[in-house]
Parts: sequence; C-alpha cells; structure tokens
Amino acid sequence: MSTETVDSGKRSVGELISSVAQQKLLAFAGLIVLLVGFSLASPNFMQTANMIAILQATSVNGVLAIAATLVIIAGGIDLSVGTLMTFCSVIAGVILTYWGLPMYIGVPGALLAGVASGAFTGLLIARFRIPPFIATLGMMLVFKGLSLAISGARPIYFNDTPGFDLISRGSLIGYFVPSLPIPNGVLILFVVAIATSYILTRTVLGRFTFALGSNEEALRLSGVDINRWKMYVYSLAGGICGVAGILLASRINSAQPAIGQGYELDAIAAVVIGGTSLKGGQGTMLGTIIGALIISVVANGLRILSVPQEWQIVVTGTIIIVAVYLDILRRRG
Amino acid sequence: MFTRRTLVAALGASLLAGYSTLSLAEDKPYVALVSKGFQHQFWQAVKIGAEQAAEEFNVTVTFEGPDGEGAVDRQLDMISAALSKKPAAIAIAAIDSQATVPLLRDAEAAGIPVIAFDSGVDSDIPITNASTDNLASAALAADKLVELIGGAGKVAVVSFDQTSQTGIQRRDGFVDQIDSAYPDVEIVAIEYGGGDHLRSAEITKTLLLAHPDLNGIFGTNEGSAIGVALGKQEAGSDVVVIGYDSGAAQIAAVRDGTIAGAITQNPVGIGYHSVEAAVKTLNGETVPAHIDTGFYYYDASNIDDPTIAAVLYD
Repeated sequence: MSTETVDSGKRSVGELISSVAQQKLLAFAGLIVLLVGFSLASPNFMQTANMIAILQATSVNGVLAIAATLVIIAGGIDLSVGTLMTFCSVIAGVILTYWGLPMYIGVPGALLAGVASGAFTGLLIARFRIPPFIATLGMMLVFKGLSLAISGARPIYFNDTPGFDLISRGSLIGYFVPSLPIPNGVLILFVVAIATSYILTRTVLGRFTFALGSNEEALRLSGVDINRWKMYVYSLAGGICGVAGILLASRINSAQPAIGQGYELDAIAAVVIGGTSLKGGQGTMLGTIIGALIISVVANGLRILSVPQEWQIVVTGTIIIVAVYLDILRRRG
Repeated sequence: MFTRRTLVAALGASLLAGYSTLSLAEDKPYVALVSKGFQHQFWQAVKIGAEQAAEEFNVTVTFEGPDGEGAVDRQLDMISAALSKKPAAIAIAAIDSQATVPLLRDAEAAGIPVIAFDSGVDSDIPITNASTDNLASAALAADKLVELIGGAGKVAVVSFDQTSQTGIQRRDGFVDQIDSAYPDVEIVAIEYGGGDHLRSAEITKTLLLAHPDLNGIFGTNEGSAIGVALGKQEAGSDVVVIGYDSGAAQIAAVRDGTIAGAITQNPVGIGYHSVEAAVKTLNGETVPAHIDTGFYYYDASNIDDPTIAAVLYD
C-alpha cells in the first residue's frame, strides 16, 4: 500500500484516483454495507436530509482527521488538533468580531494562526527533540488555555459578519441543484482531502512525509534536513486545523472557546479505521475520509435506531478495535 | 479487510435494528429530548424525570446530550438525527442560544413542535420553556438568609458571572427581594468569582476582612457556594452562608453547617414537565409560555427527606 502511494510517477489525476479507489474499494463496500444495514433497520435513515446531516457531521472531524493523517504518516502523532481548531476559531472571532475587520482578513488570519501554531509544535518536536506525544499533549492544553484566555471564556459571535455562516452552512451545490442542498462545509472537506492527497502523492513534501514515517534515519543519512521537513508537515497540519476551525465556527456562527478537547480522539479514530498505521509510513486520505464517514454513519444510525447513548459509545469503541484488528489480520495474511 | 469488518458491523446493526423495532413497535407518540450534557448527575436526573412522564403519559422518549457540556456542534448533529426520526415533538436544552435556531426552523417547517427546557433559545419557535424560575428561587434564598441573620444586618452576594441569563437572574432575584422586603438589611457587596471554587474563596476572605460585621453571604451556584464555604472556613468566620444547587461538597457543607442551607433546582421536574408539555401540545391543549419546574430550600434538617433527596445530586 505504501509503495503505491509513495510512487509519484507522472500519472493522470484520473488514473491516480482510480488506483487509490481500487485499493479502497473494499472500504467503500464496508461503508455501503453499513448504509444498507441501517436503511433496512429504519425507514428514517435513508433520506436526503439525513444523508446530508451525516455528511455535515463528518465535515469538521474529517478535516481534523486529514491533519492527523499527515502527522501520523510522518511517524508522529498530534493530540492538539482539536484545541488548535478551537484556537483558530477564536482567532477568527477576535479578528472579525472584536476588531471588526472583513472576512478576507479574518479567514486567512485564522488559517495563518493554524500554520504558525503547527510550525511551533513542529519546532518543539524537531529541534528540541520533545516526543510528539508529549509535545502535542502540552500544546493541546496551551491552545485550550489560550482560547479561554483570549475570548474571556465566553463565546464570540459572528453576528456582525454577515455571510460568515455561509462558509459552512451555505450551499453552493444547492444553488445549482435545489434538491441537493449539500452544505459548503462538506464541499470544503472534499477539497481539502483532494488537495492533501495531491500533496502526499505528487510532491516532494508528500514523499518526505512517507519517508519520515517509514525510515527517518535513512532519510537523514541521505542528507535531507529532516527537521525542516518535519516542521513543514506540522505546519501543514496546523493550517488544516485552521480550516476545521473556520468550518466549526461558521457552522455554529460563533467561536466556542470551551470545546475542542476530545475531538482529537475522534480524528485519530477515523485515521486508524481508515487503515493508516500508527507506526507511520503509510496511509491514504481516501481511507481517512471513509473512516470519518464510518464514524458519523454509526453515530447517526444508532441514534436513528434509538439505541441508548451508553450503548452507542460501547458500539463505537468496539468498531474501532474490530476495524484495526481486521486490518492487522489483513496485513499479516 | 472491509468485508469481514463490515460483516461484523452489519451483524451488529441488524441486531440493534431488531432491538429497536421491538422497543418502538408499539406506535406510541415519540418525543426526542436533546440536552446539554449526558453523564453529569444533573442531566441524568432530568432524564429520570422524562422517563417518569413517558410512562405516565404513554409515550416513547429518547434522551441524548453531548458527552462534554459545551459541544455545540455535537448537539446540532444530535438534533439533526432526532429530527430525521420524525418525532411527534422534540425538546431541546440548547447549549448555545443562537446556534440551534436554523434547526428549530427545520423542525417548524416539518410541523414538529419544539419544547425548550433548562435554557431558552433566541427564537419564538419553542412553544414553552420548562426551566427553574431563577428570580423566584433567588428571592427564596434572600428570605431564608434574612430569617437566619435575625431580620437585620449586612449581606453580600458571590455570583458566578454577570453576563449569563442565569447569573443575572439569580443576583437580581436576591437583590430585588432584599431591597423591597427587608429595609433593615443592607447589601454591602456583589462580587463575581466565575463559579471557580478558589476564586470565590479568595473573594469571600477579602469580603470578611473588608466587612468584619458581615452577617450573611449568598453563593449563587455550586462552585460559588463551595468557594464561599471554603473562604468562611479558612477565615475562621461564622458568617451565615446560603448556597445554590447541590454536589457532594455542598451537601457535606450543608450537613456540617458550614452552609446553613441551599436552594436546589428540580432536574427531575425539568424532565417531567418537558415531556408533559409535549404531550399536552400533541393533544391540542395550550401550554403556558413558561413552565416553572420548581425549586426547594434544603438544610441539615430536611436534606434526607425523600422529596429533597430525589432532586439532590452528588
């Protein structure tokens, strides 16, 4: 799988997508079995509105999972994606609401805050040799505290920035196809997925990301400045967390400083369900998106079936373990 | 890999499907409740009340809330899923009073009546709001405090914030009652400790130093009350303290007299009245725009009464 994805030969985008799709055909099949199962179980599951609700519920977690996938492929781990997302949404709130600046400054500003924060985390890991788990655990708390401090522990509303909520809630697709009002947040998720997939498979940064995860020492010995590339990976992941921050803030039309912690676990769960190894060196964005969709479909489906919430949590946990175990079996066999 | 994985999942899903068709087969009206939280004792008590009413009025209810309080987007996903089930009515305790409004419009468009509970939303879509009357409950706290200090003296308020609706109403309910009913009682200070135990304790110690003749303090929520009790103990003072809500620390302080008594909301009643309001609406009865779900005053003498014990939480 990793050899396939590391290969950056000059293939057309169509060929690229189809080869990745072949790899993940079984994953699609799995998702579809879940969809069919839930549809048979309840007539309320397979409705356009509910499918759109599932996609919308996937958008923020999916984008966070993409950031986590990059870091995990590079042999790291990022526990700070959730609170960094929140931090970026608070920065957007400060720029747009507190300072009253327009969206074309506020949105890039929040993304830039994500990139800079990711770069700082990368610096801690690359230059100061702090293990990724510890560095990002620390930064998770730092971002959480900063979000609370900057916002005065109160939500910042975007009521003075008309149109901000349309970033996530509006529907470009629905404008052209009124019967299919898929929110822009979902569109953005897929754009981010395709862009990062392109970076991973077609650029030097992508090749080094895989190389960092599969054999960092070999990469270093071949004369590559691995510290610099590690920082690039974390910066890119940080920027993607910024996208998630904008998506979240726009969906709820406010920056909520208290949320974010715990979101990193859902993101990492999506990554591992999608077949990316926590050991690094392999993984695909398509797998991660499918992983994130499986999480949302299960959460939504169990709710539709009125399964008590306690048991929903048990089922979700079980699915993560079973998915990873089957993946291990597959690799062994 | 996914075939086997999904076989397991599909098997699980079909089992669950069997389970749910059994439990929902009886064609009772279905009321979905989406709360602010789930595992917190307060919300579990709300759930119990909802289930009591479901049994009494012969309806089916589900009760869900995000694991962590404050997860606005997770709550929106829960409301979306609940609406997909085409409930007869939906009851919502909105985490954010604005973020839920678009979904409330969806509910309205689908003809699903909306009940608000615990906290309101910035919308006139909800038929009613079943919540604690914070003004009246804080006024009762004033009555009890004045009674305990002998009808005259100096009192102070330690509140949790000056911006939330709950914070404002609990402060104003107390202050208005003192101003209008007790001319011999003077409010010397109103301070805000963010509901934080330690900050509220520091504030209390400062108050006791600044006003050595202070007779009573009202701590307006769980964290404030515990902080006031802590500050009182550290200062070695015998000021009379009235608290709000429960929780293990506050219950212990009420038992040992550090806190003379406290107001408790009625979370069971909040759940019960929400479902009752939904049922009445479905039956075409009118319900008032606000339902007071009730509150009680408790102290060491009645803390173990069944009525009180049922609404207290650790």
